[in-house]
Amino acid sequence: MSFEWKYVRAPLSFLLKAIVLMIFIFPFLWMISTSLQTFQETLTFPPTWIPSIPQWVNFSTAMNAGPFLTYARNSIIVTFSVILIQVLVMIPAAYAFAKYRFAGKEILFSFVLLAFMIPGQVTFIPVYLMLADWGLINSLLPQILPFMANAFGIFLLRQYFMQIPQEIIESARLDNASEFKIIWKIMVPMSMPALATIALFSFVSHWNDYFWPLVMTDSAAVRPLTMGIAMLRETEGISNWHIIMAGNVVLVIPILIVYLFASKQIVKAFVYSGIK
Amino acid sequence: MDKKRIWEAVRPYVMILPAMTGIVLFVLYPVAYLIKLSFYKYNLMNKDKSKFIGTDNYTQIFSREDFYTALLNTVVYTIGVVVLTLVLSLIIAVWLNKRKRFNAIVQAGIFTPHIISIVSVALVWMWLMEPNHGLLNFLLKTFGLPGSTWLQNSSTAMISIIIVSVWQNIGYYTLIIVAALQSIPPSIYEAAALDNASKFQVFRKITLPLISPQLFFILIIMTIGSFKVFDTVKIMTGGGPNGATTTLVYYIYEFRTNSIGYASATGVVLMAIIALLTVVYFRVLSKKVHYQ
Repeated sequence: MSFEWKYVRAPLSFLLKAIVLMIFIFPFLWMISTSLQTFQETLTFPPTWIPSIPQWVNFSTAMNAGPFLTYARNSIIVTFSVILIQVLVMIPAAYAFAKYRFAGKEILFSFVLLAFMIPGQVTFIPVYLMLADWGLINSLLPQILPFMANAFGIFLLRQYFMQIPQEIIESARLDNASEFKIIWKIMVPMSMPALATIALFSFVSHWNDYFWPLVMTDSAAVRPLTMGIAMLRETEGISNWHIIMAGNVVLVIPILIVYLFASKQIVKAFVYSGIK
Repeated sequence: MDKKRIWEAVRPYVMILPAMTGIVLFVLYPVAYLIKLSFYKYNLMNKDKSKFIGTDNYTQIFSREDFYTALLNTVVYTIGVVVLTLVLSLIIAVWLNKRKRFNAIVQAGIFTPHIISIVSVALVWMWLMEPNHGLLNFLLKTFGLPGSTWLQNSSTAMISIIIVSVWQNIGYYTLIIVAALQSIPPSIYEAAALDNASKFQVFRKITLPLISPQLFFILIIMTIGSFKVFDTVKIMTGGGPNGATTTLVYYIYEFRTNSIGYASATGVVLMAIIALLTVVYFRVLSKKVHYQ
């Protein structure tokens, strides 16, 4: 009995793992398959697994259903501006919190932690009213400005800076290096892994974001890709799944490409954020 | 020289100024503003017509049935998601814990949905759960089981949304637990093996206590994250059918343009719940959690 079990066990465990893997991957393969089917094929029973003739036209139909160039441009501008501004704001703040002593430091840093815990789902109404008062609602700024201070990033980068030995900084100061130079030539290069982690994290969360643009935008001109795709259901009809899935593929591909090339880094980034 | 001194004293504040501006302007001030709004009957068209009404909004919240429905829905969702995700990711993590190539591939695969937009995830699952032509019902029927109406029925809509959230997030928590498991020094297991401890005993007496800080962390972020659920509800059911999936944030969202004061008061309640959860968790569970 135990002798036989030994030979069954390995293939069985492999099979089980493959099944589990499929549960998480198959929906995406199904999305791609559907995006290339005809409307008729989406209705067949049993389902059409592989479309007989790939319907590339579904993609142009989806992309013509709304101002998708604008949506894509907005997504790109918002995502990259957020990352750029966050990094520029975060580095000096993290350095000051890590390496300087000043009155009120603890209280100010506790504000950072507090901000980390208050979600946008709580603050979106006042933030919207405020930005509307400033006349910014018809621009992309409501999707960029509120994220200028990345509390999680400041926290993580500060930890990283604190681990960099004080002697390195002191010896640079003896060489008459300015603080700006110390940050730019020593701190930043030495904390590249942390910065990459934070940037990847921001990229994924802002490219994917749906809630914030939904509550901050009133017109198509400033909406991102996620909203455009979600609206396909209204513009193309609820039963046109081949078109909806084609739009969906367009939304997913950039993230999947990044994941393909940086999967180790992304996995590390997410795990690190979870452990610290 | 004096100038330099002054600059050195001011410098830290200058360096944190942009970050603090962002935090004060877009988080702390809005919280204060939210609390203020919650005491008003706010007029979006004409701000001067906004009226201070004291705690009326709060009285209204706690006397309205739809608020309790939303709260209950959120609690049901949270319990479902937290329990299922925690149990399943723990099982998968223990199962895939060994450092093998195929295990790493499976882990990366399970993690994929977590980095995909909730919009895509929701749409793909809506298509899978489509009652007439969806794949899930096809599978059920192939195995001789009756199909389900999934999102279109008030008795199954919530569980359908829970399934989607669990599916999307399991990979992330699996990775965290795997990292925790791999940080346990092998020497501890070797000592247990010498004592002839059974596998289950080792898990319960050694593994579980040693990873409890991470499990505790997961519990907190999952609970708080679940209380904020919105995107899946908005896209997949629009809070329906018949309010069966209206959660707290969706409830706030629905009132956000027509009754800003009322929506704000509900926002304050949500914030209080999140704060309370954090405190309670830290108080109660930190006593039972094993820290190294």
